[in-house]
Amino acid sequence: MPKMTMVQAINLALHQEMEKDNSVIVMGEDVGVNGGVFRVTDGLIEKYGEERVIDSPLAESGIIGTAIGMAIGGLKPVIEMQFSGFSYLSIPQLEANASRMRNRSRGRFTVPMVMRMPYGGGVRALEHHSESKETYYAHTPGVKTVIPSTPRNARALLVAAMRDPDPVVFMEPKHSYRAFKEEVPEEEEIMPLGKARIVTEGTDLTVISWGAMFHATEKVVEQIAKERGVSIELVDLLTIHPMDRKTIRESVTKTGRCVIVQEAQKTLGPASEIIAEINDKALMYLEAPVKRVTMYDMMMPLFGREKAYIPSAGRIRRAIEETLDF
Amino acid sequence: MPLKTVNKFDVKYMQILNEKGQVDEKLMPDLSSTQLTDLYKAMFLAREADERMLKLQRQGRLGTLPVNKGQEAAVCGATMAMTDKDWMVGAYRELGARLMRGSKLSGEMLYYNGFEEGISLPEGSRTLPVAIVLASQIPHAVGLAYASRLKGEKDVAAVSFFGDGSTSEGDFHEALNFASVWQAPVVFFLQNNMWAISTPRHKQTHAKTLAQRAIAYDMPGIQVDGNDVLAVYKAVKEALDRAKAGEGPTLIEALTYRMGVHTTADDPTRYRKNDEVTEWELKDPILRYRNFLENKKLWNDRKQKALEEEVKKQVDEAVREFEAFEDTTPDAPFDYVFGEPDEDLKAQREEFLENLKKDSENA
Repeated sequence: MPKMTMVQAINLALHQEMEKDNSVIVMGEDVGVNGGVFRVTDGLIEKYGEERVIDSPLAESGIIGTAIGMAIGGLKPVIEMQFSGFSYLSIPQLEANASRMRNRSRGRFTVPMVMRMPYGGGVRALEHHSESKETYYAHTPGVKTVIPSTPRNARALLVAAMRDPDPVVFMEPKHSYRAFKEEVPEEEEIMPLGKARIVTEGTDLTVISWGAMFHATEKVVEQIAKERGVSIELVDLLTIHPMDRKTIRESVTKTGRCVIVQEAQKTLGPASEIIAEINDKALMYLEAPVKRVTMYDMMMPLFGREKAYIPSAGRIRRAIEETLDF
Repeated sequence: MPLKTVNKFDVKYMQILNEKGQVDEKLMPDLSSTQLTDLYKAMFLAREADERMLKLQRQGRLGTLPVNKGQEAAVCGATMAMTDKDWMVGAYRELGARLMRGSKLSGEMLYYNGFEEGISLPEGSRTLPVAIVLASQIPHAVGLAYASRLKGEKDVAAVSFFGDGSTSEGDFHEALNFASVWQAPVVFFLQNNMWAISTPRHKQTHAKTLAQRAIAYDMPGIQVDGNDVLAVYKAVKEALDRAKAGEGPTLIEALTYRMGVHTTADDPTRYRKNDEVTEWELKDPILRYRNFLENKKLWNDRKQKALEEEVKKQVDEAVREFEAFEDTTPDAPFDYVFGEPDEDLKAQREEFLENLKKDSENA
């Protein structure tokens, strides 16, 4: 299997799906001739032409609004928001229409579209280029919110997203875009949406994370497991909404301890919902309070201070040790 | 019944100083010799500062930044027409304007090195911070103009700076409409630099000019040579005078060119031909203005040499100053979430400091 970066793996998914399905349309700012500012859509316009790969005017609301029309009209738009920080202009359309069309038309009209966007910090960028606001999207019923963590699952989940009958927000951790490579099969591979991935099985502690934070977490988990000879179950959430509550529930029921690591700010981040689920369904199995490691409740500072605000290895380690030692 | 024409429109284009440095005396704005040379100095500093910042970025001493080269006449000419009482509501490609408005070059550098402190201007300054979400700042200018008028401030208007890409956003249209409905004292200063990253102007709109968008909102719209600092100054000055006289808003489309990269993360060779850049280099705003000043005997090689030395010193000093910055308040961002932090935020600040301490002990 060829080794790929996440950018290459997502690009592969787009190429193969456009090849397979003529109704797939890629649209966004600079996605055509420039191949996207991160080169995720590289080579698509050369292969599929300007009608299917659209360099749109600079208007996020216009991009999603026209995509909703395209989707109702039988196309499958895969739109790109250049950065998640600019995607909030899409929320009025996403909330008022993409998410509600199925309900409003009693299933007569549906909006099978994907809205891709890079999100998250750690790339020394300008303001609005570093935040993790998956909650905005996860809080919209009728919209699925997916966050892959590696090249292989990014590719497989994007294929599923493009074939999903409903709108999917696909948030790509830009810190992981080129940070490492992974083997990705040339032949088609699909992973279901709404399903978390148990990366390593364990019995002493459940650790849950997603996106770029997953990798920082995985490193710490590996170190602690080795140092202390403990058995840690590491869960990569992958879909924020609808959340894989079953996996969370079963894992915590088994281990009795849980730590959640998220790049998003604390209040009403996905960790809050995970903790609520544990409280609902696994409270009696707990041997320690559930801990979460999060960004603080503020806008992400510019990159001069960013590192101190994103959950550090030290913070993750302390949370895990405190939970194990409780 | 025959069709009747109920309204007719045209769009004017103004150039005072052509590429060769020749001037149309009839249109020449009323500027003193000192103002004329000050304008040159401002443009020259903007260019040098921009080029140095690009170099620093390439050396890894600054983060991602937008590049201003080629747009000095547009931003400096517009700013020269403003007073300190006018509001400047910028985007992010107006380095020359920000420096003219009192922003420190070392601060601009610090900002692009990842610290918000860099672009905080002194109390009383009417220059808003850099706005990165395109077009989102344009309605703010309308609101500021409305507020000034309501407070009875005399001789105050707001100038909103934005680019050709921004004219596709809803905020642009909504701002123009509000300004029109309110007849607000605001000037919409559009720097059409022909490219929104890789998207050329013709993919942004099918319309022949961007200035004609003013027509739909019943305000004057004019196109000017944005590399002609005199035309820019004159157009903005007249628009400001109209605004301050209670005659409403104006849209000015300054035709210019982004001679460099969009930001340092961009590679224009992927989407535009070098011939186009070479063509625009002949229309360089600074070169032609220097020719004009020399013809008027306001400038010469000796003055140029002195300016070059002075600016180099100033830029060197700014680099030294920003690089000497030490972050002694890593928790400063907590000061600016709310005027009065809530209890939870205060607790989070303690937690932050505690985490920082523990992380550094274990590093």
